[in-house]
Amino acid sequence: MSGPESISLAVEVPKVAQEWGNSLPILHEVRHALERLATTGVPGIIDLGAIPFGPGDEARLLARLGRGEVEAVIHALGETRIWESAVPAVWLIDHYNAEGERIALHIEIDRIPSLLLTQPEDLAEATARLDGILDGEGGAGASA
Amino acid sequence: MATQKTLGESLREHGVTRRGFLKFCAATASMMALPPTMTSAIAAALDKARRPSVIWLSFQECTGCTESLTRSHSPTVENLILDIISLDYHHTLQAASGDAAEEARLAAMKENWGSYLVVVDGSLPGPGSNMGYSTIAGHSNLDILKETVEGAAAVVAVGTCAAFGGLPRAYPNPTGAVAVQDIITNKPIINVSGCPPIPTVITGVLAQYLTFGTLPEMDDYKRPLAFFGQSIHDRCYRRPFYDKGLFAETFDDEGAKAGWCLYRLGCKGPSTYNACATMRWNAGTSWPVESGHPCLGCSEPDFWDAGGFYQALSVPTANATHTLAVAGVAGAVVGGVAAAVAKKQQRHAVADREPVTIEQLEQRL
Repeated sequence: MSGPESISLAVEVPKVAQEWGNSLPILHEVRHALERLATTGVPGIIDLGAIPFGPGDEARLLARLGRGEVEAVIHALGETRIWESAVPAVWLIDHYNAEGERIALHIEIDRIPSLLLTQPEDLAEATARLDGILDGEGGAGASA
Repeated sequence: MATQKTLGESLREHGVTRRGFLKFCAATASMMALPPTMTSAIAAALDKARRPSVIWLSFQECTGCTESLTRSHSPTVENLILDIISLDYHHTLQAASGDAAEEARLAAMKENWGSYLVVVDGSLPGPGSNMGYSTIAGHSNLDILKETVEGAAAVVAVGTCAAFGGLPRAYPNPTGAVAVQDIITNKPIINVSGCPPIPTVITGVLAQYLTFGTLPEMDDYKRPLAFFGQSIHDRCYRRPFYDKGLFAETFDDEGAKAGWCLYRLGCKGPSTYNACATMRWNAGTSWPVESGHPCLGCSEPDFWDAGGFYQALSVPTANATHTLAVAGVAGAVVGGVAAAVAKKQQRHAVADREPVTIEQLEQRL
């Protein structure tokens, strides 16, 4: 066994990135979720943080899924970046904290990610919020 | 002191929107190793949860566990969790000292009697030892632990020292160090081992208690199964190389460069249960095996004395018998290796991809 003194200081980068093969099972899981969504309407969600990916596995998975037509950013406790993959109904939900560090990465299989929907609690307060805005403009019945 | 506000109320007061709250819950689910579909259940529970009082005791330790927690990427979900628990006493972190600090601990105990959590990092000199090895405000660790735990709902032993004795208990154990569970037998104990534990695992356990008000499901060592339910080996991305018999022999050979299995360089992944392979360290950047180093087995009992860090589990050494005996007594399963002792399983092991024994593995190399 080599000792520390024999470890080279040179950084060697492989010419071809190592393929660990861990993204393929996720694609199969996504496929099952898509079938379930199409046949039963039940959405699915996969936490990629719980997957034992090797170096580069996640990037390869995201590259294979590609990017589709829709992107969105939510500003709440840091950014959440959402985009539809090139496969319709397969969304990537990328959560970051206020420091710009990732705190979770999910694949959501649904017609629209649940986090993009207006939340029922916010809807209940929406009228009151708008009334406050109108009051600031001189009242709901005030003329422009 | 612990407030009577619910977590939902506290977050709303901090200007957290509903989407932000759901995002927090999604990250919390991920942190607790729960399926993302649990997000709505977590949101409902956290909305009504009240801040628990937490008293953190530090005994014979290197402060690595607290460092692990507080030096995690900040601010984060972990910090939010710490913001929403009421950390009423922490010997290392608190500004108060002397009588004021000890009075804060006693006041927190009195006010939250029967419902507060006690977090302990570090082992302590056990009964029969010289108590002078570790004291706080002139009181022995043993006395403080017993006094503080008396009114606790549960005890969380953070780090391998508190959980199993750790480094202070390593041979020849000059201070007579013992683990928390060696002293406390009348309260629920959760062991969050690791040297140090993964910060998200520490806060994940606290979050679970905060969220559901219950103790997590645990293994025989009182470790939460959500984080310690699978071995490093079984979740390792290099596992396919182990199955193919492709091993790095030195730290700089072609196998090491190709990312092959580190088993023969002493990796203790097969006998180590922890979440490093999936949760990783430094904001999910990497973990020891991904950095090219074998797992040391830091979350297991007696890992300091369980053979050399760079001795492969299967390579006979002068103290290999001791190593396996320790693993056996501790109930550790050597990567499914030592588990497969039934002769019938041995005959069909390779063909059926059943766990194989050490001897079989050697024959395959």
